[in-house]
Amino acid sequence: MQKLDLINVKKTSARVRKHIIEEVFSASSGHPGGSLSCTDILTVLYFNEMNIDPANPKWEDRDRFVLSKGHCSPALYGVLAEKGFFNIEDLTKFRGSESYLEGHPSMKFVPGVDMSTGSLGQGISAAVGMALAGKLDKKNYRVYAMLGDGELEEGQVWEASMAAAHYKLDNLTIFIDHNGLQIDGKIQDVMSPEPVSNKFEAFGWKVIGINGHDYTQIFEAISEAKKTKDKPTAIIAETIKGKGVSFMENIAGWHGAAPSQEQRDQALAELDAVLKKLEEE
Amino acid sequence: MSQKIATRESYGNALAEFGSDSRIVVLDADLSKSTKTEVFKKKYPERFFNMGIAESNMMAVAAGMATCGKIVFASTFAIFAAERACEQVRNSICYPALNVKIGATHAGISVGEDGASHQTVEDIAIMRAIPNMVVLSPSDAVETRYAVKAAIEHEGPVYLRLGRLSVPVIYDENSFKFELGKGVTARDGSDVSIIATGLMVHAAIEAADILKNEGINARVIDIHTIKPIDSDIIVKAAKETGAIVTAEEHNVIGGLGGAVAEVLVQNYPVPVRFVGVQDKFGKSGKPDKLLVMYGLTASDIVRNVKEVINLKK
Repeated sequence: MQKLDLINVKKTSARVRKHIIEEVFSASSGHPGGSLSCTDILTVLYFNEMNIDPANPKWEDRDRFVLSKGHCSPALYGVLAEKGFFNIEDLTKFRGSESYLEGHPSMKFVPGVDMSTGSLGQGISAAVGMALAGKLDKKNYRVYAMLGDGELEEGQVWEASMAAAHYKLDNLTIFIDHNGLQIDGKIQDVMSPEPVSNKFEAFGWKVIGINGHDYTQIFEAISEAKKTKDKPTAIIAETIKGKGVSFMENIAGWHGAAPSQEQRDQALAELDAVLKKLEEE
Repeated sequence: MSQKIATRESYGNALAEFGSDSRIVVLDADLSKSTKTEVFKKKYPERFFNMGIAESNMMAVAAGMATCGKIVFASTFAIFAAERACEQVRNSICYPALNVKIGATHAGISVGEDGASHQTVEDIAIMRAIPNMVVLSPSDAVETRYAVKAAIEHEGPVYLRLGRLSVPVIYDENSFKFELGKGVTARDGSDVSIIATGLMVHAAIEAADILKNEGINARVIDIHTIKPIDSDIIVKAAKETGAIVTAEEHNVIGGLGGAVAEVLVQNYPVPVRFVGVQDKFGKSGKPDKLLVMYGLTASDIVRNVKEVINLKK
């Protein structure tokens, strides 16, 4: 039985959050808010759950992850660098013309990226394709995808959801990063996808609601998804956009904005304090 | 030569014929009876997946399967493949250069009675403008069979443009040589070249026969691979015949005519005339009537050949 290495995922999450700030600061662009809100889930997946090999990123039996909300590449790149898929130093070249770290994830250029994403609604379909291929080949790998709550406004998400349930893809688990905010404001003001849980249930999915910053809840939800037969699982994670950086939390404006030098310093100081506290535990 | 088979028919048969390769998977969007993927489905049901009436999802599912080593054929009508799901084809298939083959049937106005909503005359222009995409547009059943084989062997995205209408078989199964990216000289001639694709290749051959009786020797070149285009055969035709008429069941904007003109203006400019749909939507009607109405017959080619020959230097 797999166990949650709580202290490790906590520390890794803090380091990944620092990477996110550094990446977006270095590029003077990018998406910190949604990256910070999905960090804890990504860390549990990559450091406690997924069967992957950084030395062999295209290993055919590996578990797959698709960042359907591709604009949150800073979080994915931070996790992949921490995991050893590429050098941590490269993160500060994020979005540069000489860099392989494209603004949105590219499977062609970035080791460890399983699908090129960026156009919302498409990643979940690709994940369905991977899960379908896994079933066809009778492989044991599992497929994970991360979607934004605003992303649920894309009709393709529901086409994919229908297909995943129709083909009984119990090897597929998706996370909804339910931080309640999108570029133009609150999701219920822009175009409400609520009630999210009921929608996935009606589409034939197993639905689990969690606090997306509670590592134990994340871990247990994944375990439950793995035990679920004949249907895909949607884990609706209540999260805070900008989580971990005080002045970014719950502010839609930090969806796609880079911090100033001063803001970067403050954010890193806050995250260093978290890391220091964890070291003392 | 009098035998008539729709290219979609040949497509379905070829999928079944070459389908023993276990990497091949076929997806359809509730049109398997029309696209003829049902022929594959009957032979290899475990590798056929109906994705329902959801083309956008189907294209990205195909991409996901291709990341797992599958050679995925995703089929629907050309209008939905190239246009409804255009951005999925671009971002999920072509950008990562995944091994997905888009079997797009019912292209052009020869769809007939269904009318304009189902008759794409833009798909070649759109698909060939996407980096990494190979665009195939076979002219008959024999060429289609080889095109399917070539698509399987080619690593990367392929758009396969196919028709609903039964069209004459032009080539001999046993002697025909298909090479991806290479045009076929269907008739030799020295006075003018007719460069055609799809069902217009047969019309071009008919036109060459008519012209021959009038003392004009027309070369007929079949461009089954619109991208990458065979620049050599086009430039050679320009040098040796001095005038060109293109013929396609597609808008005259951005299709074969555009691709040929791009080659000529950069290498060896000669007078050109475009036979094709004149920037109009299609309509309902019997396919043969529509081809006449829209100027897509042998006599339309003949008229354009005579015009372009007068412009020769």
